[in-house]
Amino acid sequence: MKVLVTVKRVIDYNVKVRVKSDNSDVDLNNVKMAMNPFCEIAVEEAVRLKEAGVASEVVVVSLGPQAAQEQLRTALALGADRGILVQSDENLESLTVAKLLAKVIGEEQPGLVIMGKQAIDTDNNQTGQMLAALTGMPQGTFASEVKVSGDKVQVTREVDGGLQTVELTMPAIVTTDLRLNEPRYASLPNIMKAKRKPLETKTPEDLGVAVKAHTQLLKVEPPAQRQAGIKVTSVEELVDKLKNEAKVI
Amino acid sequence: MATLIIAEHDNQSLKGATLNAVTAATQIGGDVHILVAGAGCQGVADAAASVAGISKVLLADNAAYEHQLAENVSLLVAELGTDYSHVIAPATTAGKNLMPRVAALLDVAQLSDVIRVDSEDTFARPIYAGNAIATVKSLDAIKVITIRGTGFDAAAAEGGSAVIEAVTAVHDAGISTFIGEEMAKSDRPELTAASVIVSGGRGMGNGENFALLESLADKLGAAVGASRAAVDAGFVPNDMQVGQTGKIVAPDLYIAVGISGAIQHLAGMKDSKVIVAINKDEEAPIFSVADYGLVADLFDAVPELDGKL
Repeated sequence: MKVLVTVKRVIDYNVKVRVKSDNSDVDLNNVKMAMNPFCEIAVEEAVRLKEAGVASEVVVVSLGPQAAQEQLRTALALGADRGILVQSDENLESLTVAKLLAKVIGEEQPGLVIMGKQAIDTDNNQTGQMLAALTGMPQGTFASEVKVSGDKVQVTREVDGGLQTVELTMPAIVTTDLRLNEPRYASLPNIMKAKRKPLETKTPEDLGVAVKAHTQLLKVEPPAQRQAGIKVTSVEELVDKLKNEAKVI
Repeated sequence: MATLIIAEHDNQSLKGATLNAVTAATQIGGDVHILVAGAGCQGVADAAASVAGISKVLLADNAAYEHQLAENVSLLVAELGTDYSHVIAPATTAGKNLMPRVAALLDVAQLSDVIRVDSEDTFARPIYAGNAIATVKSLDAIKVITIRGTGFDAAAAEGGSAVIEAVTAVHDAGISTFIGEEMAKSDRPELTAASVIVSGGRGMGNGENFALLESLADKLGAAVGASRAAVDAGFVPNDMQVGQTGKIVAPDLYIAVGISGAIQHLAGMKDSKVIVAINKDEEAPIFSVADYGLVADLFDAVPELDGKL
């Protein structure tokens, strides 16, 4: 079975993002970029399926600028076999990304697609579900456990208040939550080996998808700042303040 | 112009998050209808009919919708959605699972986690873990939106008298099956509904030490939460996580214990009315948002606080 994984190039998890002074967007000039953390979990899960003999090939796909090749190479170093970059410098909204991925899936015919549940830039949490709709596949979102048996996959999902398990008929789409696994680090030999793995570049035009804007970003502002309060010196003072000043207990 | 709200429920009761979505719908303007899709969920429809501001309840009561599988319900909502200008749901795991699938079927975008309604087509939503707020205009004819509950007050659960209309359309995609669920059993309130929350971070040291917070929570009638660091360290399960990628909460009182205050955690709780921070590191960023900060060892301070309540 072929497994397809998606990775997104986003601002590094540890970088504090700043809003541009003209409020047009956030400032991504000269900031460190990395693979979206939820995508790392997706890559790890796919590689584990291959190591367990469940998957025969892991194909990793990214959509975005030329530089997203770096994140594809990282995924290849982590154990993916082959990369595909759908290159575009335009702003690709979730729906467009889903349409492009649907075309890639049409060509690749994977049995399972594993994606991050959301990217830490736009925080949309949409693309996996949209791709599932466009391909008519079932979806196991926010997965904390994935078990493949025959042509079915059982997915345990992190839902409000607990866990839910669903069984999906493959081909299916899984989106990852934090507890699914703990991603490995790439070793130096594997990083070197990844440089020789195949990486193909396509464009939205090649895939026959028009890049269309469904939304318009009017402005981006920093969030309202909360003022720091006071320091209390003892538990006694804290209880007094909560009872008599804040009146919350 | 009319809005269709997707009710959050478990076939027994209408969930509170729905009421915040009703307020958002009222701010958008126009008629507000609500869809209750489930099985044996007449009681939920009755409850929805009495919510202030709703003029019609659509009741889709069929075995195919029992567990609200996105594969089936999305087909129903996409069919009904073409009669509406807005289709909205609470930004809960249920809403997040369903709504993008609906949007793609309607060939429109989705606006996630909306916290403010500016006009019928313009909305504000947090991006980059809440480090920035984007104002976005939808260019689509049908606007598919999830609503972050903390951005809107709950609508009154009583006072309305909507008509209930049965929806007979049955969609069963036949590609997914519900196997089971394991809901955390707790006498404490749910995180997103609690008026007081006690949360622990990496400073708790291990999972057993969360018993200190549970004891305190029981005195206060509070829910117990955790930072992502505490979840990542394996102290507690993910469903306790408060933060941008976990639960977004805004209780009357939030007590952060041994939490440094990473931006991703602050994004999940900074709209709380009163924030208390207990941390032994006086430089911890959590103190910059706390109304009351106590620089102390939590293993001394928490039992003492527990004893004084």
